[in-house]
Amino acid sequence: MLTKRIIPCLDVRDGKVVKGVHFVGIQEVGDPVELAKKYNDQRADELVFLDITATWQGRKTMVDVVRKVAEQVFIPLTVGGGISSIEQIRDLLSNGADKISLNSAALDNPDLITQAAKAYGSSCVVLAIDAKRMPDGSWHCFKAGGRVDTGKDAIEWAKEGTRLGAGEILLTSMDADGTKQGFDLDLCKAIKNEVHVPVIASGGCGKLEDFAEVFEQDAADAALAASLFHYDELSVMDVKEDLKKKGVEVR
Amino acid sequence: MIGIIDYGMGNLHSVASACAYLNLPALISSDPNELAQCDKLILPGVGAFGDMEKILRETGLGTWLKNQVRTNKIPLLGICLGMQALFEKSYEFGEYEGLGFLEGEVTCMEPVRFHDQEKEIVLPVPQIGWNKLHTSTSFPIYGTIEADPYVYFDHSYLAAKWNPADLVAYAQYGPYTVPAVVMKENVMGCQFHPEKSGVTGLRILEWFGKEFCS
Repeated sequence: MLTKRIIPCLDVRDGKVVKGVHFVGIQEVGDPVELAKKYNDQRADELVFLDITATWQGRKTMVDVVRKVAEQVFIPLTVGGGISSIEQIRDLLSNGADKISLNSAALDNPDLITQAAKAYGSSCVVLAIDAKRMPDGSWHCFKAGGRVDTGKDAIEWAKEGTRLGAGEILLTSMDADGTKQGFDLDLCKAIKNEVHVPVIASGGCGKLEDFAEVFEQDAADAALAASLFHYDELSVMDVKEDLKKKGVEVR
Repeated sequence: MIGIIDYGMGNLHSVASACAYLNLPALISSDPNELAQCDKLILPGVGAFGDMEKILRETGLGTWLKNQVRTNKIPLLGICLGMQALFEKSYEFGEYEGLGFLEGEVTCMEPVRFHDQEKEIVLPVPQIGWNKLHTSTSFPIYGTIEADPYVYFDHSYLAAKWNPADLVAYAQYGPYTVPAVVMKENVMGCQFHPEKSGVTGLRILEWFGKEFCS
């Protein structure tokens, strides 16, 4: 069977890797190619690049970033953030991205998921969901970098998205993101139990044990983290050693 | 020179980058005249079988490729969808003719229920991630790569009814035995992405470029 994957996430703005907490308060942390190489050497299983630039110019820069990373790093690369057309998807995939992740644009135009899956296969299409818990206990999907509540139920959207052709779910808990209190296990399990595609848990990871916990509880197929790795609080290798010790299969 | 066949459906840049990294001279082209100068060919592929079949048929690249492989004995490596193309036919969204270099047909993996370590789970499809490559001494680079290394898979369909004589490595995914490396004469296929499988993948590509049929 497949190993559990450890995925460093690089938020990129204007060609530089940055990190925010709770979707605000952004700081620069480094060069994408250098960080990608570092994670590759640490045996990361995959890298996710989220383009948080809002401008057309910035998006062009993202294609260059992917291209440069793909010249030196030979593990899967997923790119997301602001992708809203088949042309953008084609540009990214033909420049070294292996998968693209769709978020706001898929909420606005669910057909984009199907178009992308038909053109490039479901295995290239990741549906990114930013979910936040509501007072009634349900989770809503937020769009536009977590600024807009769409009112859409996250579990229903995950099911619909996979029906439309998404091959993977990148699930960010807005409640857990930046807290370093561990992944949002309730949210992850709620989604994972309802879809038949791999689920990547994102948001909240703050220490070594958080990775083992999300896998031991069968809440995700992969775990994503950013600042922990960027600031060298942990290396991907540390995480994998710990998982191996606990009997979780990793590469 | 390795010719990376551009038929509009592959992660060409990654394959070309891996070749460059390995110092394997390579070019990307959709022009048979240009590709005819290459002494090895790679058929990458991401997407749906039907689209690929249509493009290969309409551009004439399919017929050209059959001639290069069968008559001129040019070594060919098919990657992912490009490996699936090597078989006789595919049932992905219909029924399509493959290149027919290898016996077998391509069928869908189903999200079946199965028991994994005493738990009943539903198999996630596509298979996305790193799976163990079970190799044997029939794999020519057996012993020069890590034993049972992990490689990166990303697919929803797989080859079935293949000839066991052509299989050199496989991966187990739930109840499915996924043919991962196949070889017959001057034809080789990898269901996983060697260009995305870290050092093991690079070694396999390097072996194809420098030693396969050389």
